[in-house]
Amino acid sequence: MVKYILKRLLLAVLILFGVSVILYFIIRLMPLDYFTGKFATQMANGGMTQEDLDRILAIYGLNDNSFLGILKGYWSWLTNFLKGNMGISFQYEREVSEVIKERMGISFSISLVSLILELFIAIPLGIKCATNQYGKFDYTVTVICMVAMAFPSFFLGNIFIKWFAVDLGWFETGGLNSSSLPTTATGIEVFGDMIWHLVLPILVMVILDIGSLMRYTRTNTLEVLNADYIRTARAKGLSEGKVVYKHVFRNSLIPLITVLASTLPMLFGGAMITETVFDIPGIGQAAYNALKVGDIPLAMGYNMFIAVLTVIGTLLADIMYAVVDPRVKLK
Amino acid sequence: MEEEVKNGQSAADVETVSDKENFNDNLHGENLTERAKVLSPGMTVLKRFFRSKLSVIGLVVLIALFLFSFIGPLFSPWGANEADVKSNINFTVTTIPYEVDGEIYYCYDVTLDETTYNILGGISSDHIMGTDDSGYDVFTRLMKGGQVSLTIGFVVVILETLLGVLLGGLAGYFGKWVDQLIMRIVDVLSCIPTLPILLILSAIFESLKIVDISKLYYMMIVLTLLGWTSVARLVRGQILSLREQEFMLAAKSSGLSTAKKIFKHLLPNVIPQLIVFMTLGLGSIILYEATLGYLGIGAPLGTATWGNLINMASNATYRNFYPNLWLGSGICITLAILAFNFVGDGLRDAFDPKMKR
Repeated sequence: MVKYILKRLLLAVLILFGVSVILYFIIRLMPLDYFTGKFATQMANGGMTQEDLDRILAIYGLNDNSFLGILKGYWSWLTNFLKGNMGISFQYEREVSEVIKERMGISFSISLVSLILELFIAIPLGIKCATNQYGKFDYTVTVICMVAMAFPSFFLGNIFIKWFAVDLGWFETGGLNSSSLPTTATGIEVFGDMIWHLVLPILVMVILDIGSLMRYTRTNTLEVLNADYIRTARAKGLSEGKVVYKHVFRNSLIPLITVLASTLPMLFGGAMITETVFDIPGIGQAAYNALKVGDIPLAMGYNMFIAVLTVIGTLLADIMYAVVDPRVKLK
Repeated sequence: MEEEVKNGQSAADVETVSDKENFNDNLHGENLTERAKVLSPGMTVLKRFFRSKLSVIGLVVLIALFLFSFIGPLFSPWGANEADVKSNINFTVTTIPYEVDGEIYYCYDVTLDETTYNILGGISSDHIMGTDDSGYDVFTRLMKGGQVSLTIGFVVVILETLLGVLLGGLAGYFGKWVDQLIMRIVDVLSCIPTLPILLILSAIFESLKIVDISKLYYMMIVLTLLGWTSVARLVRGQILSLREQEFMLAAKSSGLSTAKKIFKHLLPNVIPQLIVFMTLGLGSIILYEATLGYLGIGAPLGTATWGNLINMASNATYRNFYPNLWLGSGICITLAILAFNFVGDGLRDAFDPKMKR
């Protein structure tokens, strides 16, 4: 087991190295860089000369866009990254890790709340569907789930904003706090206001993701229902409720744990599109803006963050599988 | 395909005419086997596919969407990039006489009405879904947009499958260092977040002055280069397990060439999974095109695609007060994805030899 994990960790380092090379080269090929955009007006009205700009670019190591120049840039990025230093974001003029840390909180809370809601709705539905396979309930829920899965997040988000926020005025169109909130508002009021803003985005995320989770639970439960030990349980004369909730339910959760481990990137990495639609200042939105304006350190930091999470997520899924199911042997 | 499908289904494939009366008739003269109808594997799959209501609904929706996009524009009086001109150049000359020191002067007030377009026109008999901010007919653009959005997926999915089958097949068949090398590339590529990469590459393509519809094709090629990994994993996994089966031993002992073993004996067994993957993949590519369009990094904004139409929703004014501009394209995208998912699921069940129903 320990040997397996060590081997996988070494492999993970290799994978991340490959990912970082590809990411750095693509990001450096970006035609726009932050400083050319930032000083465009000064350049236009003669407040700055090309030489000044070149000097600034040279300070940040962005002046040489030849292959060798990028390679040199990569080397300095890599040595800094290994020291735990991801550089300073051009836009925020602060450490990238600090920006990520600060923005991760809100993204993580939204994802966590929606994940918990999804689990609480999807698992019972999935089990109910499996026990009534091909029944009316099963068909209705399956069809509804498939329809929900087919919606693009931005479409559903905009429909919700239009209907619930603009037309009906029940919720807010976006952001985290209303500007109308008095400055004297207490912490609880601010918090309540924030929750109010987050109802729609969470609803969108739950609706979009519940389908796959429900179908996954349904398939697993069906597999367990056909297992021999369930026949034994029935033959012992257990009541159907006991069979389902004591024997089937527990065993159908095994594969679900691996799914949970692989939601890691989504949980911490934020939903880029949903955050952009609802104007939530989470990490996804920060990354989106960084990519739009050419904030290289932040873009690089975010993408590597996601890559690390993906690698850890897959590793965790494999290990969890062996932990919860002793029949699985890792080699 | 033959081998595997026959393996699993030989018993289920024999459809016996089991009417009581017929059965009695049989006893009098005919042989029972002559009354039995043997379905070919392909026919069985088709039959099972059409027995599922959802897959039929999916297929009907898809056909309807294709007809809507390809036949529909022929009946529209508007073109996709044809603005509704409200008025042409008009001169209005007003003469204003005024008197200074007993003399009468004339002042001419000339207003020039340049061409005005029927911009953001509401729903009318001329424009079923109104007009957009350039005076284009939204309904016509919706139909035209489907032509790009519905077909672009085929390019990606076919390329992805070819690449994935080739590399996954090599990895699975040869094993050892070939497998190691290819699978590590797969690992690396599947760790790269897709959307950020597409955002960057869109900017790169724009700087290279690729600003017509071909930009969307380049973006789709990028999507292919990142997306073949799942096909490769699927094909490799299948081939690893098939390689150990008896029919491969038989193929080996009859001295077949490597190419023949791969293309005649291994690959046909993976085709059912590939077809399912491709169908579901078509839906996800439509979603990608729509996402790119929504973020404004897909096809150039003037081009009519469903993604570009739903881009209108990213503008708060259009979203709040002109739902006719974007609601239609959103519904079309959702319907298309749903239909491809229904058909894909139906095919998966139809191909699955373990499914009894």
